[in-house]
Amino acid sequence: MSDTVIEAKNLTKRYGSATVVKGISFAVARGEIFGLLGPNGAGKTTTILMLLGLSDISDGTARVLDHDPVREPLAVKRRVGYLPDQVGFYDNLTAADNLRYIARLIGLSREERQEKIVAALAHVGLADVIDKRVGTFSRGMRQRLGLAEILMKDAQVAILDEPTSGLDPQVTVELLDIIRDLKQRGVSVLLSSHLLARVQSVCDRVALFNEGNIALMGTVSELGRQVLGGGFRVEVEAEGQGLEAHLAKVPGVQRVESAGANRLLLLAQRDVRPEAAAAVVGAGGRLLRLAVEEPSLEAIYQRYFHEHPHEGERHAA
Amino acid sequence: MRREGSALNGLGVVILKELSDHLTSVRMRVLEWLVVLFALAALYLAIQQVKDTTAEDPFLLLRLFTRAREGIPITFVAFLSILVPVMAIGLGFDAVNSEYNRRTLSRILAQPIYRDALLFGKFIAGLFTISISLVALWLLVIGLGLVLLGVPPNAEETARAFIFLLVTIAYAGVWLALALLFSIVFRSAATAALVTFGLWLFLTFLWPSVLAQMVAAVISPPDPGYTALGLPTPENVEWGQILSRLSPSTLFGEIAFVLLNPDDVSARALGTIYLVQLQGAARGALPLGQSLIIAWPDIVGLVAGTIVLFTIGYMVFQRQEVRA
Repeated sequence: MSDTVIEAKNLTKRYGSATVVKGISFAVARGEIFGLLGPNGAGKTTTILMLLGLSDISDGTARVLDHDPVREPLAVKRRVGYLPDQVGFYDNLTAADNLRYIARLIGLSREERQEKIVAALAHVGLADVIDKRVGTFSRGMRQRLGLAEILMKDAQVAILDEPTSGLDPQVTVELLDIIRDLKQRGVSVLLSSHLLARVQSVCDRVALFNEGNIALMGTVSELGRQVLGGGFRVEVEAEGQGLEAHLAKVPGVQRVESAGANRLLLLAQRDVRPEAAAAVVGAGGRLLRLAVEEPSLEAIYQRYFHEHPHEGERHAA
Repeated sequence: MRREGSALNGLGVVILKELSDHLTSVRMRVLEWLVVLFALAALYLAIQQVKDTTAEDPFLLLRLFTRAREGIPITFVAFLSILVPVMAIGLGFDAVNSEYNRRTLSRILAQPIYRDALLFGKFIAGLFTISISLVALWLLVIGLGLVLLGVPPNAEETARAFIFLLVTIAYAGVWLALALLFSIVFRSAATAALVTFGLWLFLTFLWPSVLAQMVAAVISPPDPGYTALGLPTPENVEWGQILSRLSPSTLFGEIAFVLLNPDDVSARALGTIYLVQLQGAARGALPLGQSLIIAWPDIVGLVAGTIVLFTIGYMVFQRQEVRA
């Protein structure tokens, strides 16, 4: 077993003369949460469908768990759980019956079915509506039922398309918790979203999509360094003389701003808290508080597309 | 390169699920009541007539299917040729597009099955549902016929009636395949239903009796020589018949006529029969084997139509994007 669960090389999708995915390459490592981020229509869902073998690949190759989704779709689909955008269920069936149908399609035995369905529904917090018709479910409950399906399937890879869109903040937090929990179980997660701030917290690495290309890829702090030239904001609250000058000398700090009495704001390329603490203490100051704010994906995104606006215009023309 | 695994993986699961959906649906309740009421009505009309006219008829049972009361020209066969398409279209018009509209399709297809299994499963389940209704209807008619007539049917009659049942199921298959095709092509179930019913009306009522004859008149205009004598031109009539057989309803009517009227001389061939051919024809009923040989091309036509329509639907479905 290799450590790469999903590998896309030069993946391309054309519809007639329009190219919606333009030769993208990326790899998802085992146990990682990888985010495909970008505006609607950037090619995220198309990429996902190609990885699942649900859409033909025009050019390039994809490997999912060392299987080719085009030639061995069943092997891929047996091991991969998929939560589509705006997932639908049979409204006239109960939650358990909906999962039972899928369990039978997967080929679970009768005893396994019952056990896994109950366990999966309990895990996502739907234990008390197990025999309710899905027609009465809210959007959040449907999303959770979709995640229960992935749990029941014992999938090694979970592919989630816009799992949090259209959910209220409270439900979103709960859902992201379940997704983190998937990672705890050793499931690799590929998720797509256009809501940058929400998913920033769960993704180990992200790929920013733009017009069918991957514009940027890496961890959020890497991207921050790349695009914002840093983007870390370290807040220092300390008492002492001439701390500003001392802190400005810390490697990695780009700028020091005063933010009120005894409060200084460092703009840095990376997380400089240890060095800043040492600098304050070294200068004989009293350190009261130290906080770091990581670069926000939103800011990276805005800045990137502010700097590269011509790409969008060229394709729109 | 071959794709791995069987195309029929999960077929049984899909069939069972669709079947349970059909059998518990409101639609099925309506169809059941239609079956019962129509069976009673048709029987009532036929039995009056059969009791009045026949005392020593060797094909008494078959008369139940083909006789109508004077003044009300609706036979059991005619009623079936309308009820069966309605049932089939009613069960099939939203088979695939409802999966799109409920947004369940991509989730189902992300399971380890091929699209083949889903489509084929839906077709089989629909056909099985209709078969259940038709068998029930058939048994109801024969059972009540036995009770009301008091004459046990002979082996040949039973065999003919049974083959007629199978043909009726094949006839249902054509319309089901058509409904399934339109449920794939049109994303809106209402559009699919309307188009399918429209095509059914066209093929059943408009095409065989009017349009096929008009097209025939263009292809092979009536010979003035025959017209002057007040006779139809043979080529023209033949073309009209060939064209009208494009309609499954025509095929079904012809098969039913041949199978259920063994002692009718005009059921000895399909198509134009010349008076010369009837002169000196042996009297008596045709054996079952001979009736089958006459009806065989039409039966093959029905089955072939089903396969062609299903295959077109399959090809469209395979190429379709799963994204809703």
